[in-house]
Amino acid sequence: MIFFRTLFKTKGEAISFAVFVALIAIILPLALPIFRLNLVGKYLSYGFVAIGLVLLWGRCGILSLGQGVFFGLGGYCMAMFLKLEASDPVSTSIQTTPGIPDFMDWNQITQLPWFWEPFKSFTFASCAVFLLPGLIAFIIGWAMFRRRVGGVYFAIITQAIALILSLGIDGNQGFTGGRNGITDLKTLLGWDIRTTGAQYTLYFLCVFLLLASALLAKYIINTRFGRVLMAMRDREDRVRFSGYDVAMCRTFVFALAAMLSGLGGALFVLQVGFMSPSLVGIIPSIEMVIFTAVGGRLSVIGAILGCLIVNFGKTAFSEAYPDAWLYLMGGTFIAVVMFFPDGLAGILDKSGTLKAKLSTLGTGLMKKLKPAESAEKASAAVAEIPKTAEP
Amino acid sequence: MQGAAETLFFLSAPLSFCSARPSGALTLPHIQLSPPMESYSWEDLQNIFLMQGFAGISLFSVLLLMGLGLAVIFGQMGVINMAHGEFMALGAYTVYLCSTLTAEYAPSFGPYYFVVAIFIAFIVCALVGAAVEWLMIRRLYHRPLDTLLATWGLSLIMQQTFRSTFGAREVTPTLPEWLMGSYSPKEGLDIPINGMFVLGLAIAVSFALLLFMYKSSFGLRLRATVQNRKMSGAVGINTNSVDRLAFALGCGIAGIAGAAFTTIGSTGPDSGSRYIVDAFLVVVFGGAASLMGSLASAFGIAQAQSILEFFLEGTKGKVATLLVIVVALMIRPQGLFPSKVRAH
Repeated sequence: MIFFRTLFKTKGEAISFAVFVALIAIILPLALPIFRLNLVGKYLSYGFVAIGLVLLWGRCGILSLGQGVFFGLGGYCMAMFLKLEASDPVSTSIQTTPGIPDFMDWNQITQLPWFWEPFKSFTFASCAVFLLPGLIAFIIGWAMFRRRVGGVYFAIITQAIALILSLGIDGNQGFTGGRNGITDLKTLLGWDIRTTGAQYTLYFLCVFLLLASALLAKYIINTRFGRVLMAMRDREDRVRFSGYDVAMCRTFVFALAAMLSGLGGALFVLQVGFMSPSLVGIIPSIEMVIFTAVGGRLSVIGAILGCLIVNFGKTAFSEAYPDAWLYLMGGTFIAVVMFFPDGLAGILDKSGTLKAKLSTLGTGLMKKLKPAESAEKASAAVAEIPKTAEP
Repeated sequence: MQGAAETLFFLSAPLSFCSARPSGALTLPHIQLSPPMESYSWEDLQNIFLMQGFAGISLFSVLLLMGLGLAVIFGQMGVINMAHGEFMALGAYTVYLCSTLTAEYAPSFGPYYFVVAIFIAFIVCALVGAAVEWLMIRRLYHRPLDTLLATWGLSLIMQQTFRSTFGAREVTPTLPEWLMGSYSPKEGLDIPINGMFVLGLAIAVSFALLLFMYKSSFGLRLRATVQNRKMSGAVGINTNSVDRLAFALGCGIAGIAGAAFTTIGSTGPDSGSRYIVDAFLVVVFGGAASLMGSLASAFGIAQAQSILEFFLEGTKGKVATLLVIVVALMIRPQGLFPSKVRAH
């Protein structure tokens, strides 16, 4: 029960989470044909990045414009394993060198590069999906947060990293598949991932992992650690003077967000069947920030819904009016940033608050409904926590 | 500012590079694709560096102009203008429009239109910049990360506007005769005139900006606002109009960068976005509030890219340059010339 309380501060939160679970786990699979459901699965795999951004950007105040890097790393780890499985010596016997991926053969490479070797193992590949993005994020975060780099500098440097990785993958066609990416992925441990049954299974796997990640994020947000994060966002110096290791906390959240993004990338590859540098660079990285901003940067569920809504809008609108899509996207984004910085979730919250005000429940209930958002409350929470509870 | 001597040093560095004439014959050696470094003789290397150095000068000039505009907006005001590349494209399209109109209505004016077009590009971009500041940016000064996102939205809109107005295909203005061709002081050494012109333009704009920032009353007000906004307001500086003028100035310089860009490449709807990361790195690597730092880092980045491109195929030169800068920024986040003032 206490655990449940930590996850959901109010009844409203629990109800909205239940509605969300019902939507993606029951209603959508029943209502949509498998082609559309597969699309939803693809959008939900961006949801992992959005959860990471809620923790990192909404709660920690650190905007990373390089989340595509981690999404891409996770995706490439999975794609490399699947590609090696798809290019066994029998099915690639027409190549000059059978047993290596086709794009390597096209680029006159005769031996599998050393960094591909470990991806023959499923255990290694599935661990690398989390650990590689996590490790790289840890190194980047540690180097930067130690030196108190934050804000816009962090955004620009992570954006440059996204550019470097996408150009690097693009430019090394023989080793990475270049601009076309890694395509023609067929089976996972002998199980054909292209059949309808497999697509359903993968969709539910994606939903399950997404909900688990969402609960993990909600748990982190509602514990003391989450409040410390928010206090760091609002009054960094006070938290530092209270004895917390600000750099370590931020590095942890950055690495966690990266691991979630990597998981999303792997699920993307499994459901869509390819990976390419167009999902790594600057534009996808910023688009993921857009999804989060539209949905609500403070709300886990809101951010995931943001991914669904913006992507459905993109698919529907850009099919009908391809020219006007960028106007709409740009305009929506400006409007959201300027007038609704907390996104759709913020609008819903406000209307909820309004209703509560209209009813005669009084201000006491209002306080209960509102989680400790303000700087004062958060820093008060910090002051309450004894030193030994340092995360 | 960091003293006149330092200014002269940085401004003269690229110039002395152009006039350097080593004794050896300046012909590009015939070489196969990316051979090992040892296969070049010392003289070959000298020639390669010189030739690629010339190629890098055009890139340097465009990056410098982009960086100067950003240094005003980002360094002085703390606003991240993701649409800066689109302002550059706007300047380039303005020059293209001027070129088309001149060819249509006043063909005899053809040889001179380019100089006028540079001014028009500056004015158009500055006006659009002022409008953007008034509509959007001034509401977001207290949320710097959000200016980044809002201007990204703006850049999407501007790109689509370019695409629907000028088409998705890249356009090139007709350049006047005197900008074409090259100057050969010596057998085998060709100095492209457009590169030299762009370099001259970039240096002139840098000088003008330095004078403007440090000798004019507006510059004084701007620097005062950057150092202490509240105090500046208290002594009677209208900080809102200072902000608007500074943003317009930065966008106007981006317009000049666009005009310079037309001499070295053709303009498409997404031309600007290709330079935006480089331009931000120029500013951050140089030290955000330092115009001098922008100059030094633009030169370093452009030359490194241009010279590495010769030895490493494809985009690897660019990747290597960016990687070095990112690692350098992780070790030294304050950049080359950190500002001594603690801006809040």
